[in-house]
Amino acid sequence: MKILVCISSVPDTTSKINFTADKSAFDKNGIQWVINPYDEFALTKAIKLQESQGATVTIATVGDAAAEAVMRKALAIGANDAIRVNAEPQDSITVAKELAKIVEEGGYDLVLCGKESIDYNGAAVPAMIAQLLNKPFVNACVGLEVNGAEATAVREIEGGKETLSVKLPAVIAGQKGMVEEKDLIIPNMRGIMSARTKPLTVKEPTETDVKVSAVSFDAVPARAQVKLVSADNLDELVRLLHEEAKVI
Amino acid sequence: MSIFVYTENISGAYKKAALEAVSYAKTVADMSGTDVVAVSINPTDAADVLYKYGASKVVTLKSDALKNFNPKAYAEALATVVDGVVVFPHSTDASSVAPMLAVIKNASLLTNVVSAPVAVSPFEAKRKSFSGKAFMDAKAHGENVVVTISQNSFGIKENPVAGSEEVKEVSVSTEGLTVVNQEKSSGKLDLKEAEVVVSAGRGMKGPENWGMIEELANVLGAATACSKPVSDIGWRPHSEHVGQTGKAIAPNLYVAVGISGAIQHLAGVNSSKTIVVINNDAEAPFFKSADYGVVGDAFQIIPALTEKIKALKGH
Repeated sequence: MKILVCISSVPDTTSKINFTADKSAFDKNGIQWVINPYDEFALTKAIKLQESQGATVTIATVGDAAAEAVMRKALAIGANDAIRVNAEPQDSITVAKELAKIVEEGGYDLVLCGKESIDYNGAAVPAMIAQLLNKPFVNACVGLEVNGAEATAVREIEGGKETLSVKLPAVIAGQKGMVEEKDLIIPNMRGIMSARTKPLTVKEPTETDVKVSAVSFDAVPARAQVKLVSADNLDELVRLLHEEAKVI
Repeated sequence: MSIFVYTENISGAYKKAALEAVSYAKTVADMSGTDVVAVSINPTDAADVLYKYGASKVVTLKSDALKNFNPKAYAEALATVVDGVVVFPHSTDASSVAPMLAVIKNASLLTNVVSAPVAVSPFEAKRKSFSGKAFMDAKAHGENVVVTISQNSFGIKENPVAGSEEVKEVSVSTEGLTVVNQEKSSGKLDLKEAEVVVSAGRGMKGPENWGMIEELANVLGAATACSKPVSDIGWRPHSEHVGQTGKAIAPNLYVAVGISGAIQHLAGVNSSKTIVVINNDAEAPFFKSADYGVVGDAFQIIPALTEKIKALKGH
């Protein structure tokens, strides 16, 4: 079985988000980059399938050379090889088209992604890949088993869970639950050393039909100073919520 | 051309997020000098519900094949009717369909939109980015645009119009995806739709203490949520985790009990209109991002607060 895991390189979850002086772009100064946390669940699931079913795991990223540090980490976690499309991601459709092309050329049985990236939060690329390939799609996946040409996926629905039988090839977008947080793989020294020699292919982009552009960015405005209420005077808190904030 | 809106339903009943999407579509239609066409798949609610929020036409798609949710089949069914600007809620299901429809229609896709458009031609609107830590003003290229509205961000606005309904049978393939089983916990409020959310963290010391959180939630008509460490330890289900890698929510009132307020937690909740923080550590960073705060022992404050709210609501 051939698995492709699509990953993006994103600012560490603790990063303070700043923009360039003209507000037209994200300011990358001083940012630590990590594998998008949702993608890490997908990657770990793929490595588990590699161990249990002898699958091969390829990771794919659309990004400039700076993304390679994060890709080497994914290789250290256990992916067999990597493909980088040499382009700064523009919008979800250009990224999805590049990734769909990789899937078509490589004949993958299963495409795993995180359900969204924590930077641009498009939550669009996995579903777009599925539509471009005309394959089944499962979003918000919290459980996955593969049995030959079929997978059983569990997805979150409102107020519960739904179990689906999915014919492969398919595109599945995961989140926590696909594997547990405690099962995420931390690369060991052997993994880090072997990652240096694993193949990382660089392809030039072919897709240029950008559909959405960023005009400007703004930080979320700060809240006014907190109003502290004494623990002995909860009547005042109830009054403030009722009369001032008008939320109860 | 009309503005189209996908009105998502759960077991046939229109979701609150669907009414919010109609309200949004009406605003766009007014800006463009046109009307709103709502498209639904197998609803049981009457079309009148949607006229109230500004849809002057409701197209009801009927299909046995679409009884269960299948994003690809839903996108293909919608594509037979919609064109131009199409509005969706940013719920899990609707936001799975929207990107697929955007591909079919060769449309620009703007997701997680939080306010009325800056312009409609070309379409330009503010959307959430960096997990709620920032906003991005995004501009579509071309006239075909699919937009998803971040839940609870725009609000529901009544705008009654006279309407008519058209029922259409559709036939699409659902090959490759079969629902085997559904497990639903009945009577629970949907976290992303809830207008009030009561959330708790490690300060609750153990899952056995959640009864008081649920009771407070109950008197407030609120959904319950938790911080990431709490769902990681297994005190509460993952589906209740709010934050950067959990659910992003925007209720009118968010009450955080025993949560210190790590930057990743704030990312998922800072779109809440009013934030109340209850914590025994006066130095908890969450107080800096709260509107109201109480420093003290949650085990005394929560039951007392519950009683006072009960009294206010005349229980």
